[in-house]
Order: sequence, then structure tokens, then C-alpha cells
Amino acid sequence: MDIKDIIKPENLVYKRTPLLTSNTLSYCPGCGHGTTHRVIMEVIEEMGIQADTIGIAPVGCSVLAYDFMDIDMVQAAHGRAPAVATGIKRTWPEKFVFSYQGDGDLAAIGTSETIHCCNRGESIVIIFINNGIYGMTGGQMAPTTLVGMKSSTSPYGRDVAFMGNPLKITELVAQLPGTCFVTRQAVHTPAAVRKTKKAVRMAFENQKANKGLSFIEVVSNCNSGWKMTPVAANKWMEENMFPFYPLGDMKVDGRIVSKELLSLAGVKTE
Amino acid sequence: MAKMKGAIVVDMERCKGCELCVGSCPTDVIRMAGEVNGKGYHFAYMEYPDNCTGCTNCAVVCPDGVITVYRVKED
Ligand SMILES: Cc1ncc(C[n+]2csc(CCOP(=O)(O)OP(=O)(O)O)c2C)c(N)n1
Ligand code: SF4
Ligand code: SF4
Ligand code: SF4
Ligand SMILES: [Mg+2]
Repeated sequence: MDIKDIIKPENLVYKRTPLLTSNTLSYCPGCGHGTTHRVIMEVIEEMGIQADTIGIAPVGCSVLAYDFMDIDMVQAAHGRAPAVATGIKRTWPEKFVFSYQGDGDLAAIGTSETIHCCNRGESIVIIFINNGIYGMTGGQMAPTTLVGMKSSTSPYGRDVAFMGNPLKITELVAQLPGTCFVTRQAVHTPAAVRKTKKAVRMAFENQKANKGLSFIEVVSNCNSGWKMTPVAANKWMEENMFPFYPLGDMKVDGRIVSKELLSLAGVKTE
Repeated sequence: MAKMKGAIVVDMERCKGCELCVGSCPTDVIRMAGEVNGKGYHFAYMEYPDNCTGCTNCAVVCPDGVITVYRVKED
């Protein structure tokens, strides 16, 4: 069969969602920010809630998310997206509200806003892009930087004695009564992207049903900050990030499902 | 069983040459062009179009969303 006979409108099976604007993404080649933007926009398109969704962009590489997502958006001061989201959701409870934040934004300068928003159980969705680094500002160490991981401010690797421990903030918020759904996903393979999309759909459905806060961590690459090619960065992520930040659901419908968290709480799982 | 025949269209000018689509293709269809686009990136293209089943893997994983996929049943 000739390619010309395949490439016809009636045979179309996948195209870029129109909820992504025609602007070229400002992200480095291979960066998971772009993939995650697309997944969120596909879910919003499928749910038909484009006109009723308000996103909060962070400070970080995704500061310009409002240029790429064709929905109403606000850009918040560094780390304050959950507070801004809280205000918008409480003013307009019928709207769908989500924040989109990096690890420096959500787990460093914004830790307080994150924890209290999750603990209050605001009816919003938080999307958390964890690339273990401050991507935008030149690859400085973040709270999420792995032990031994090199960054521009830990050039010999993160040394716990001097620099402290990495923070698993997702495990932390899973234990707060205000969170309904807490999961850790990735977007480096087609299967991972499809799983993330299911999680994002569940998060927005939870918001529709007023079930509480949904929190989705996406473990992602920062190939520029890690100083690797995109392909090598994804491999490095699988080998180094996933053992410390294991993928999977931690809490579903308000019940903790992660074995690690249950055993921390003294619940026997086997 | 009817075989699935697929084809992809890469928006050459928007491809950033990250190569993530290459490894995501189960039938090894995609390669990077020797030439570069206006931004200086080697772009992805179908080197072995006959192998494409239209599974959408490459489009799903593309961070820039620049791949469109078509599929048809071949009798
Ligand atoms: C109040 C304030 N402090 C510091 C900065 C500098 N700054 C900009 S982005 C950033 C960190 C971003 O890292 P992250 O949230 O992980 O996003 P990424 O770029 O990695 O996606 C910092 C510290 C700022 N813009 N505003
Ligand atoms: S610096 Fe890192 S996080 Fe920022 S766009 Fe580039 S790869 Fe992505
Ligand atoms: S649609 Fe599937 S088979 Fe075709 S090029 Fe993309 S990944 Fe390969
Ligand atoms: S995944 Fe997308 S941007 Fe990357 S090389 Fe393939 S077509 Fe280009
Ligand atoms: Mg970061």
C-alpha cells in the first residue's frame, strides 16, 4: 500500500491536541515537561472542560506554561501556586483548578504552601514535575536531588553530611488526611505516558466529584541540567531516580495503597 | 487477520531531534535525518515505512507533540 493511501483524514489515529497552542514549546529537546503538558491537555479535551479549567503556572522552566496550554491560566510567585489555586477554587468551586509545579517550586520554596494545601484537602489537582534539580536556573541542587547526584551546586555529588537528605514530598503528602489520590508516574516511554494520562484523568474526575486533593508526581528528566542526551537521561532516570522514587499509586480514594507507606505506619501487608 | 498499515507525519520544522521516538518504535521505523531543519536539529523521519503499524507509540512519547499517525486495515 502506498503511503499516500494511508495518510488520509479518514485514517487519522493520533494528532496533537488543539488544546496545545501552536507556539513551539520552550523546553529543551526531550524534556518531559512538554509530554506532561500534552497529557494534561488531552485529558481536558476528552473531558470537554477546556472553558472551565484554570491552571496555575509556577516559576521554573514551565513558567511559560500559559503560552502552551490553551486554557485560562495564572502564573504564581515561586512556590505559591497551591495558595493561588486555593483562592481561585474557593471563589469558583464549579471550575476545575490545577497547579503545575517543578520540584524546586513545590518542594523547596513552596513546601509550606504544598503541605498546607494538601492537608486542608483543597479540591484541586497538583501536577508535580520532579527532575531532581533546578532546571531553569542552571541545574542547582534541589531538595529532591539524589544522594551522590551531581548538580552545579553539588559538583562532587550530594553529600548527606553536608547537604542533607533528599525529600520524598509525595510520600509525605500521601499521609495527610486531605489528599484523596496520590501517585508517582513518568512520561519517558509510551506505556508510562499512557499510565500518567490515566492518573491525570482520575485526578480531574476526583475534582469533579469533590473528593479532595489529587497529587500526581511525574518523575522527569532534565537532560540539560544532568548534562546528558535525552535518551541517556531517560536511561539514567530509570536506573537512578526510580529506585529512590518508585513509580505507582500511593493513595487511591483516600486509602493508602503503597506497601512502603503501610509498613511505615506499622500495617502488615504480607 | 487483517494487517495494520500505518504511516507517520513528522512536523520537520518543529522536531527537536531528541530521538525519543526512535527507541519507542516497536518495528524500528524511525531514523534521524542527516540534514537539519531551520533550528539546526536533525529531524525524525520514516526510514522503513513498510514496517509502520500505526501503533502511535512514537507520537505518544514525543515531547513536542509533532508526530501525526495514520492507520488503515490492509486486506
Ligand atoms: C522568589 C524567587 N526565588 C528564586 C528564584 C529563582 N528561580 C527561578 S526558577 C528556580 C527553580 C526552578 O526549579 P524547579 O521548580 O525544579 O523547575 P524546573 O526548571 O526544574 O522545571 C529558582 C530557584 C525566583 N525566580 N524567585
Ligand atoms: S533545563 Fe531541564 S527542565 Fe528545563 S527545559 Fe531543559 S531539560 Fe527541561
Ligand atoms: S506509529 Fe508505531 S510503528 Fe509507526 S513509526 Fe510510530 S512507533 Fe513505529
Ligand atoms: S520524539 Fe518528537 S521531537 Fe523528538 S526526535 Fe522524535 S519527532 Fe523529533
Ligand atoms: Mg526541577
